[in-house]
Amino acid sequence: MLSHFPQFLLAQTDADAPALRFWPERASDMAGHVDAVFIGLMVMSALIVLLLLVLLGYALFNYKRDDRGLGLWIAKSRWKLETTWSVIPFLVFLGLFAIGAKLYIDSYDPTEEGREINVVGRQWMWQIYHPEGKMEHDQLHIPVGEPITLVLSSEDVIHSFYVPAFRVKRDVVPGKYVRLTFTANKTGRFHFFCAEYCGTNHSQMDGWVTVMEPEAYAEWLQQDMSGQDHLTLAERGREIFHAQGCSGCHEPDSTVHAPRLAGVAGSRIALQDGGFVTADSGYLRDSILLPGKDIVAGFQNVMPSYQGQIDEGQIAALIAYLQSLDSEDSDVSTR
Amino acid sequence: MDNSANSQHHLVNDPPENVAEEPQENYLNEGKGLMSWLTTTDHKRIGILYLLTITFFFCIAAFAAAIMRADLTTPQGDLVISETYNKLFTVHGVLMIWFFLVPSIPTVLGNFLVPLMLGAKDVAFPRLNLASWYVFVAAGVFTLYAMVAGGVDTGWTFYTPYSSTYSNGHVISMAMGIFIAGFSSIFTGVNFIATIHKMRAPGLTWMRLPLFIWSLYATSIVIVLATPVLAISMFLVMVERLFGVGIFDPALGGDPLLFQHLFWFYSHPAVYIMILPGFGAISEIIATFSRHRVYGYSVVAFSSLSIAVLGFLVWGHHMFVSSQSVYAGLVFSLLSFLVAVPSAIKVFNWSVTMILGRVQFTTPLLYAVGFLGLFTIGGLTGLFLATLAVDVHVHDTYFVVAHFHYIMVGGMVMGYLGGLHLWWPKITGRMYHEWWGRIGATLIFIGFNLTFFPQFILGYLGMPRRYHTYPPEFQFLNVVSTAGATILGLGYLLPFIYLIVSLKKGKKAPDNPWRATGLEWTTSSPPPKHNFEQTPTVNEEAYAYKD
Repeated sequence: MLSHFPQFLLAQTDADAPALRFWPERASDMAGHVDAVFIGLMVMSALIVLLLLVLLGYALFNYKRDDRGLGLWIAKSRWKLETTWSVIPFLVFLGLFAIGAKLYIDSYDPTEEGREINVVGRQWMWQIYHPEGKMEHDQLHIPVGEPITLVLSSEDVIHSFYVPAFRVKRDVVPGKYVRLTFTANKTGRFHFFCAEYCGTNHSQMDGWVTVMEPEAYAEWLQQDMSGQDHLTLAERGREIFHAQGCSGCHEPDSTVHAPRLAGVAGSRIALQDGGFVTADSGYLRDSILLPGKDIVAGFQNVMPSYQGQIDEGQIAALIAYLQSLDSEDSDVSTR
Repeated sequence: MDNSANSQHHLVNDPPENVAEEPQENYLNEGKGLMSWLTTTDHKRIGILYLLTITFFFCIAAFAAAIMRADLTTPQGDLVISETYNKLFTVHGVLMIWFFLVPSIPTVLGNFLVPLMLGAKDVAFPRLNLASWYVFVAAGVFTLYAMVAGGVDTGWTFYTPYSSTYSNGHVISMAMGIFIAGFSSIFTGVNFIATIHKMRAPGLTWMRLPLFIWSLYATSIVIVLATPVLAISMFLVMVERLFGVGIFDPALGGDPLLFQHLFWFYSHPAVYIMILPGFGAISEIIATFSRHRVYGYSVVAFSSLSIAVLGFLVWGHHMFVSSQSVYAGLVFSLLSFLVAVPSAIKVFNWSVTMILGRVQFTTPLLYAVGFLGLFTIGGLTGLFLATLAVDVHVHDTYFVVAHFHYIMVGGMVMGYLGGLHLWWPKITGRMYHEWWGRIGATLIFIGFNLTFFPQFILGYLGMPRRYHTYPPEFQFLNVVSTAGATILGLGYLLPFIYLIVSLKKGKKAPDNPWRATGLEWTTSSPPPKHNFEQTPTVNEEAYAYKD
């Protein structure tokens, strides 16, 4: 095993080998903010360690028992000191909390989302579905300077999508959609990893984000479609809608009493139990896999679950299809 | 060697009756044979049983770590395959947490010292105390069975649905081992609470208690309140795995985050179960070798209690990226900052105690100073992790690995070793070799920093934890870390050797070799079976150093 060590030394002169790094690349808007906070924390920590070293140094090399001077002052001012070293850290911590919280909200609860790309994690690969129809795995191509919202889902266990250069990470929890928004501000290739332990080949569940100029990205979306079906994600969803028999009940001329789906996506829906829900992608997903969870007012739960019948990629396509329909659509009109 | 003799002379105050030729009756020689040990209800002997047992588990867990560090010298991981690597870090975590760190100070030093420090003959429930050891051994058998039968690859955190549905390992028997080990902890916790409440010597009021007792009291409360939740979460994992009942796996209608809430509701307080006893040992060492009362005694005592309480309210900081609600994240972040305040207070009080006193450089003191440095770095990096946006980047990376090793190993293990050295003469009746002690403490400090400091950088660079293979740009720092681990391993080997050697060759220890205060030092070394000739009375505060 140690025989690789000399090779590693040689690799330093190899042009292909990555440079030895002590600071990660910065390639997103968030990265600069996180680094600034991190550097601030390091400066604060260094000052505190220095203070401790001074105190310890004084204690260790002051052999005399100190009952006068400093010692007397310390002994007399006990409550002053205790208050000082409780209140000052407390105030500093409040400040740190506020700064970290502000950035966290910006990142995890953004006011504006961007171009949606579906990312599905499974043991041990990442499958990526672009709305334009292109699919890739362990590779993610995105345009620079535009907010991107990844819609993350998992086929099996918990994974975590992590791009160090962007300073963003989010666990991909099975059974729901998790959304992650970021804006890359630098073109290039950046490593992404699975950060939540997911089994045997967890450490090989990585890939590369390629950040491109918008024009190059537009061109890339059209290239190399050979082997793929040239359909957009929504068009593929339409095919599944028919192939899986969804249309049998949900089409306007169906004899089954089922909700019509045109214009449903994004609308506010009245439920049987008197509540209301907004038909976001999470709701649509649940309606396919757990049809009995939220029943639309005026309907019976007669739909079978599609759990285990279709995979996350097909669900993403179906949802893209439903989202592509407006209420006037003749395909599955609301009547 | 001369120096050691000098410093001994300086420290030692041996009353003539203690250098008697005849070996006096003590707890070690009052009964002979294996059975006398296996059926003992003497808290001191149970402490020794625990010492041997947890040292055994520590060695296995450390060996697992050694293989991992060796494997990580190359990016492609040539020594073992990924499956083995995953089993190694699971065994390392499970054994270190539940079979070494959680029991270490309470069951070894606590069992030995709580009755002695209180002036009592034994703990409140001596047979329950022995039962706790047998339960602990039974738990160890289940865990070792899981290990040799083929291993478990879930990590010590057992995240669902991986552990409950997908993993192929012997999850049930390992979860069973942890489930059972919890009962052992609870027995010890209950025993300490009852003992501290009811068995204090006349005059030993609450505000005269040694800080070691205060910290074990706080620990026991956390143990008794939190451990049942661990049992619940392990039990539910077993139920889902055995019977396919949907609790955590969304495919069965469960919620994976529910497990994380339950697990961390125990496992974050468990951090304080591990570190609070360390605080106690450090307080004793610093007072003893500064020859001064711990500055702000009441503040230090109550900060342990406030840590115990606040420690229950911060579990969600393990879940900032887990898709729990953003607002829950905010609350947990704020509370996590608050729990850092009492720790900071302790560090300042200890430092000032040393300034006020007259410090003697001894092995336990070196461990305590090492503790102060490493725990401070561990605590400060905890603030990085409590800062939400920074946590999003470093969560589940080597930054976290480095952080909790600074707390658990840099803090807790230094406290444990320091305490073991401080009370070794009392426990065994022998002095260890002072100079080897100092060399050992220094090597551990250097080796520890070399091992774990590079991991902070690796984490910020983005190397995820639990990675068997990694991109080549991370290799240099991994090699440095492994080199440090070699020194650290050597550092741990030293006390192992010279402490055993001291049993045969060490000088006879006087009753109070450090001229320390505290009731445990008023009885003989090693103490007689019933601890004291007659029940002591206390009429002054703890740490009443006069010179």
